[in-house]
Amino acid sequence: MSLLQIKNLNVRFGDANAVPVVDGLDLNVNEGEVLAIVGESGSGKSVTMMALMGLIDAPGRITADALSFDGNDMLKLSGRQRRKVVGKDMAMVFQDPMTALNPSYTVGFQIEEVLRQHLGLRGKAARQRALELLKKVEIPAAESRLDAYPHQLSGGMSQRVAIAMAIAGEPKLLIADEPTTALDVTIQAQIMELLLNLQKEQNMALILITHDLAVVAETAKRVCVMYAGQAVEVGQVPELFDLPAHPYSEALLAAIPEHSEGAERLATLPGIVPGRYDRPEGCLLSPRCPYVQDNCRRQRPSLDPQAHSQVRCFYPLNQEVA
Amino acid sequence: MTTPIAKTVTTPATPVDQSLLYPSPYKEFWQAFSRNKGAVAGLMFMCLIVFCALFAPWVAPHNPSEQYRDFLLTPPVWLEGGNWQFILGTDELGRDLLSRLITGARLSLLIGLSSVLISLIPGVFLGLLAGFFPRILGPSIMRLMDVMLALPSLLLAVAIVAILGPGLINTVIAIAIVSLPSYVRLTRAAVMGELNRDYVTAARLAGAGLPRLMFVTVLPNCMAPLIVQATLSFSSAILDAAALGFLGLGVQPPTPEWGTMLASARDYIERAWWVVSLPGLTILLSVLAINLMGDGLRDALDPKLKNAA
Amino acid sequence: MLSFIARRLGLLIPTFFGITLLTFALIRLIPGDPVEVMMGERRVDPEMHAQAMERLGLNKPLPEQYLDYVGKLAQGDLGESLRTRESVWNEFLTLFPATLELAFAALVFAGVVGLLAGVIAALKRGSLFDHGVMGISLAGYSMPIFWWGLILIMFFSVSLGWTPVSGRIDLLYDIEPKTGFMLIDTLLSDEEGAFKDAVMHLILPAIVLGTIPLAVIARMTRSSMLEVLREDYIRTARAKGLSPARVVFVHGLRNALIPVLTVFGLQVGTLLAGAVLTETIFSWPGIGKWLIEAIGARDYPVVQNGILLIACLVILVNFVVDILYGLANPRIRHQR
Repeated sequence: MSLLQIKNLNVRFGDANAVPVVDGLDLNVNEGEVLAIVGESGSGKSVTMMALMGLIDAPGRITADALSFDGNDMLKLSGRQRRKVVGKDMAMVFQDPMTALNPSYTVGFQIEEVLRQHLGLRGKAARQRALELLKKVEIPAAESRLDAYPHQLSGGMSQRVAIAMAIAGEPKLLIADEPTTALDVTIQAQIMELLLNLQKEQNMALILITHDLAVVAETAKRVCVMYAGQAVEVGQVPELFDLPAHPYSEALLAAIPEHSEGAERLATLPGIVPGRYDRPEGCLLSPRCPYVQDNCRRQRPSLDPQAHSQVRCFYPLNQEVA
Repeated sequence: MTTPIAKTVTTPATPVDQSLLYPSPYKEFWQAFSRNKGAVAGLMFMCLIVFCALFAPWVAPHNPSEQYRDFLLTPPVWLEGGNWQFILGTDELGRDLLSRLITGARLSLLIGLSSVLISLIPGVFLGLLAGFFPRILGPSIMRLMDVMLALPSLLLAVAIVAILGPGLINTVIAIAIVSLPSYVRLTRAAVMGELNRDYVTAARLAGAGLPRLMFVTVLPNCMAPLIVQATLSFSSAILDAAALGFLGLGVQPPTPEWGTMLASARDYIERAWWVVSLPGLTILLSVLAINLMGDGLRDALDPKLKNAA
Repeated sequence: MLSFIARRLGLLIPTFFGITLLTFALIRLIPGDPVEVMMGERRVDPEMHAQAMERLGLNKPLPEQYLDYVGKLAQGDLGESLRTRESVWNEFLTLFPATLELAFAALVFAGVVGLLAGVIAALKRGSLFDHGVMGISLAGYSMPIFWWGLILIMFFSVSLGWTPVSGRIDLLYDIEPKTGFMLIDTLLSDEEGAFKDAVMHLILPAIVLGTIPLAVIARMTRSSMLEVLREDYIRTARAKGLSPARVVFVHGLRNALIPVLTVFGLQVGTLLAGAVLTETIFSWPGIGKWLIEAIGARDYPVVQNGILLIACLVILVNFVVDILYGLANPRIRHQR
């Protein structure tokens, strides 16, 4: 039984005819697993997770066949019930740590809030636990940092604090939305290492949203490739990198600068991601796909399960076409 | 083994009619402005006021100073005792209220316009100086402005009028002096912001002399906040002039300035509410209209200013 | 933080001197012969004229006159009222509490209602309430407050008879001015019904005076709140599973209030200007009414030094607000 099950998730901003930002997404995550979600900007990766956390406001509308976490039907929960899960069993770390913390309150206050809300800790016990959490995320001189204000911390430290706040509730699932994109390169590696260590220690499931394929190769076990709001391929990490099944995955990998050494231009796909007015009837990649066939333009492929993976394509690249 | 992907191919864009893409700045401004319904309503009301002001002698049904001894304190036409001859009623000396209000529009607009002009021009000039000479001249000018701003504007105006004596011209001078610091501050801030930009450096390198730099290069780009401030000053001017008139320090009776009319109306609260309500209502509507227009102008000229205090 | 205070204090001094220069210049600018102006007479006996000039120090060069003036100020000598012969400073002290009480009541009214309205308008953005609040506040600072006062008097005092028309308290009561604040003094006295009477007298003037600050505070709170609610740390707070009330009031409002505080402080200037008008309408015996009457009566010592005192008051309050703002904003608090 998966920890997280998403079936046919749709997120639209506007009325029922508005273009979906997330279009029929299917995703599963098991306990203790590390899943990476990759895709370009606007592919819907962040919106999916925000929808899961209940952070999408009107005019956004969320529909899904199933959206279940740890046995809870997230679609049917009341506000109060949801707030018992969010921040505790399911937590999120965001992209820009410098703006993610409230500038008017101390670090200690913001961590203790989570402890009070979800674990009922108060006073000395809360402060003690907050201190332990800061040490766990490897913040030097943790004692003095408890009373520090966010503007006194660097980017890397702020992100550590954000991670501390996220793991304070001992979550079963930690979602990290591009946690290192806004940080210096040297700090990036440290933070990624921290996240992975914590994941192993607490046996948390970790969903890592990123556009950096190198990070994915090193950290995740499974990867989900998103394009235009859909999951186009879900597979195991080494296999997908060696032999991508979906043309878009192939294009993504080919676009890595290291793969274009010696060439004059970086390899790219012609055209752009479909927007509001040019969404194809058939496969969303059909206008750009180098392997496109006639029926691709007319019908939408569904996510076909294969041996270890799923691919949304009528003619997956890793299969022999009979 | 994956095969390399085909090289980039750009699809040519369909040719677009340039005139549709880039409307003239005036048209663009009007489009943005007219989207704000409040601003348009304000504009229309102001047109009405301006019309009354310009054509007061012909629009007003009566001579505003003529006293009709037989019709003292006549109520407006829709009340009992009202009279179609005096649509909005008469005051304690039998003068037609509507005519006085229409003539008062002339005065208010005159005061507003002249005080804005008299303070805008020196204010912008001082602001330019303060911005272009930030070492000594600038801070001195700003210190002077700070002193002027230390006193609430109405009190300063009251003080000036106390010195100069009451009357229309002194009211205009007092209000102009009081509005000066805001223009100086605004211009200076805008100028200092623009001075760092590349186009100013380019103009300097091209050999532009100081006057040209000031008036031709930098000033036009500072106009947006100035225009907004001018509209707000206009409405403050009307309010302050009315306040001065009410206190007996501004325009003197029998001149029909709206605030002055309210001063003499105080005694008639119980007997003739229209003498009290209507002049004030006209002030409210005029100032409201100008403020709505000012809001609309600000949103149309620079949406970034929207959430400023 | 200390350097912040020191810098602000440093700005205070030249501004203060600037004000004294201004008030000094103000009186010297009055057209006509100064002695005649002071005495209020047209033709003065030449000998008396010379004596008066000597006594008033008017034949000394201007810079020396200015130094004399500042010297006197430093000693606390602000001259005498021409009408009552009372020291200007004493008269100010006697009348100031009335204005302070009125301003305080107005500020409380404006602050509480304004903050609440602004927060709710921001939460229910685009709703009828929101448009209503915006509309009313726009009307609020577009209207002449002396007219607004008259309208309220007409309605509540004359038509409905709920509130009295003028003054601080009914003449029937004889209240000893222990603190100068009528609300406190009536509580301290043992006259029955005095407190309630004092409150009734205070309500209307406070509402009138507080109307413009209310409008400004409501608008400012709303826009500040809207900006804050868009910030990333609000999203983080929600992701922590905190209740909506806590997100809005603990995380949101705390940051939204910072710019509102500056606006609050700037309203003092508006309040003092409005006090002049409000006190005139309601015959409220404060420094605003005092100043206007002095101007009408050509009581120049009162005019000159009354303006000086009021200006100093405004500068002082702005200074305090600046400091409070620095305390509230942790970034400034921690500046070395």
